[in-house]
Parts: sequence; structure tokens; C-alpha cells
Amino acid sequence: MSLPVTLATNRRILTQLRHDPRTVVLMLVMPTLLMVLLRYVFNSTAQFSAIAPALLGIFPFTIMFLITSVTTLRERTSATLERLMTLPIAKPDLLFGYALAFGLIAVAQVSIAALVSVTWLGLDVASSVWLLLLVAVLDALLGTALGLFVSAFARTEFQAIQFMPVIVLPQFLLCGLLQPRDEMGWLLSWVSDVLPLSYAVDALNHVTHSAEVDGTLVRNMAIVAGSALLALLLGAATLRRRTP
Amino acid sequence: MASSAVSIQGLRVRRGGREVLREVSCEIAPGTVTGLLGPSGCGKTTLLRSIVGVQLVEAGTVTVLGRPAGSRELRDRLGYATQNPAIYPDLTVAEALRYFAAVLRAPKSDVDRVIAEVDLTDHADVLIGRLSGGQRSRANLAVALLGEPELLVLDEPTVGLDPVLRDELWGLFGRLAAHGSTLLVSSHVMDEAARCGQLLLMRQGRLLAHDEPDGLLRRTGTPDLEQAFLRLIREGALL
Repeated sequence: MSLPVTLATNRRILTQLRHDPRTVVLMLVMPTLLMVLLRYVFNSTAQFSAIAPALLGIFPFTIMFLITSVTTLRERTSATLERLMTLPIAKPDLLFGYALAFGLIAVAQVSIAALVSVTWLGLDVASSVWLLLLVAVLDALLGTALGLFVSAFARTEFQAIQFMPVIVLPQFLLCGLLQPRDEMGWLLSWVSDVLPLSYAVDALNHVTHSAEVDGTLVRNMAIVAGSALLALLLGAATLRRRTP
Repeated sequence: MASSAVSIQGLRVRRGGREVLREVSCEIAPGTVTGLLGPSGCGKTTLLRSIVGVQLVEAGTVTVLGRPAGSRELRDRLGYATQNPAIYPDLTVAEALRYFAAVLRAPKSDVDRVIAEVDLTDHADVLIGRLSGGQRSRANLAVALLGEPELLVLDEPTVGLDPVLRDELWGLFGRLAAHGSTLLVSSHVMDEAARCGQLLLMRQGRLLAHDEPDGLLRRTGTPDLEQAFLRLIREGALL
């Protein structure tokens, strides 16, 4: 692995995005707009505050998943990946370059959404806003890493989009937002224990409702970060230098 | 021959259940421009992919610059340009080349050099997606030239280019070979064959001939290379 090559890849992806301002604007403001919409759907700060923390993680998670899976798929199908595989670049250099670029976007995206939620929409954060930001960025990174990974299993962008209902929606249903996880049947409760988004939502709820940084919070954050890293490494394993 | 730039022994490749390369063997001498000619679908691209080391092969060996094809040590000694431009349409020519130069650890000055070599200096700051087909394929070629590789594998680099530019590029290929690089250039246009030092003629996954253009004409007793190719195919059919 080589840090300069990872950074060059990161710079290349951000430059590509810079030439596509519409996508950048959509990425930066969409989660915020959805939070605003959510706030006025409930028309009550209390109800909004109950559900907002989870969605502050879920919206960026979903958006980053979509964007990353389509972007990486484009690299795979446009023969630029094959060219890169003939060049002296390690597979993790490419994937970490992607993760870094989209991670930076996620930081901006989540910061705007959290700032608007806290200052304007009336979201109460019991612990620090920084901790909330950190957890939400981890969630977005998890979405990025999963998007990178599943792009290996799609042949077209059309298929890649369809992985959203497969990968994202079940996690959304089982993450504890609609029904507390321990009140689900044993099977679903067990499935929800395996899915990483559950820990992301637990961590966000903890940060907004309690000022205490305890072992459970640290463990949940570690699980989210670990899952993201695992998905990235699995993604690297799906890149092949030789193809049929 | 250890001194060959590329040495292929009994190469067989199967793609999608079909045998695309059947027992291909050949040696490519260093410092030459070798033209790989044959109708489309005859296996030219698969042969080039095998040399570059991105093709899964069924049998046979491919040795490039003394190493097995696809070796890690070859990745900065070999330049490859695919037939369809493999270059980011949402970057400018200079931005894309700067990225590939960084991956190759090539000096920054290389970017301007290769842009000039493919005659794109006026378009260096244009998005690749906005270039014409011919300009895009030249940008694609420029990537392969980065880092002054010892072996250049170019898949139909002159398709869709006007005669003047084509002539200039063949001039460039000759100069690169004169400086010691080895070039393997595929084409399905017979009139480009005369510009090559060596010719590989291919049909239906087999090599029909490997010779100098003059040698080929003498052997077949034909006035031009197109006729020579036809003669070889007919003789092959009789065997």
C-alpha cells in the first residue's frame, strides 16, 4: 500500500465530483432537507426529537450507499478499473481512496444536517454535538463501505440501485426505529443484532438522550467502524487483476 | 529466447465457452514495432490482454520482459491502451493524466510531454467527455506513454483518426522503438501494416504468419499485404 497513491486517488475522485456540481449540491443538502421535512411532518419538537437522532444516521447512510455503489460500479464497468489493475496500485489504495473521498463528503453532509437540526429544528443533544457528528459520520462511512462492497455484485447501474432495497431497507426496518429491538420476535431480534445499522442507531440514540460516555456507546461505535472496515476489505477482495 | 521482449508458448484462452486463442506461440524482439493484424473478433484483444496480464488463460505461458505476464514488477514497465478509451470522462485531459502519473510514480513533467506527443496541448484543460472520439482515443494513448514504459501494448490506437494524425502517431511509434521501447500495435487496417517492422497476422484465434512486411510479400508473391493475407488464409484452408 502507498499513502501518496491513496491520496492521489482521493484527490482524483473529489476532482471528478467538482466537475459535477449538481451531484455535490444534492449530496450536501438532501439529508438536511429531509430533516426539515421530518420536523414539519410531526409538527412537534418532542416527537421530532424522539426520532430525529436515528434518522440523522439513516439518511446519510442511505445516500452515501447509493452514491458510492453507483460511482464504483462506473469505475468497474468503464474499463478504467482494468487499466488501474495493470498499474502499480494496490487494491486497498483504490478503495481507501474512495472511502476517504466519500468520507469527506459525509463529514460535510452530516455537519450541515446536524447543525440545522440542533440550531433550527429543536433537536436536543444531551451529550456533545461533536459526539453526535462523529457517530453520524461513522454511519455515513458504513454506507460508503457497504456501497463499495455491493458494487462488486452488480453488473449495471440499474442493478446497483436495486441493492438499496436489499441492503438498506431491511436494516432500516430492523434497526429499532419502528419497534424496539428487544420487543421483536427472537429470530428478528437476532437478525437485528447482526446488522450493523442497529448499533449505529443505538449509538445515536444514546448520544442524544444521555450525556454519559459509557462502555456500550464505545462498543457500538467500534462495531459500526469495524463493520465499515470489514466491508472495505471485502470490497478489496472482490477486485480482480485477471478477468475471463 | 531470453532476449525477447515478449515470449508466448502454446497460449490457449477460452472466453464464454468459446476457444478464442488456440495454441498461440510467438516471440517479439525488443526495440521493434510489431503490428498485430486480423479481422475483428479474431482474438487480437484477447492476445493483448494476455500479454498485459489481465486475461485469465487456460494453458500456455506468457513471459514479458523476462517475467511472467501480470507480475507485480512489470506494472510500471508496461504501457497499455485499451481499444475503448479507459479514461475518466469527468476529468480534464491534464487532470486524468496527473492521476495516472501519480499512480505510476512518474515525474510530473511527464504529463506535459505525453500531452504534446499525442498533440492534445490545446485540449489539455478540456473535459475528456467533451472531446471528439479521436481526441479521446489519443488521451487514452497518452496514459500508456506515461513513465516511458519499455513495452507498449496498444489496442487499435489509430481507429477513427484522420490520415495526418495517423501518420504522426506511426512516426511517434517509430521514434519510441528507435529509443529502445518495444511496441505491439493492433489494427484491422491493412494499410497500416506497412509501417510496422514486424507483422503478426491472426485469424480465428490462430497466428497465420509472423514476418517482416517485405518477407511476407516475397513469400506469398503478392503485390500488397492485403493480398498476402488473403493468400495465407487460402493456403491455411487447404491444410
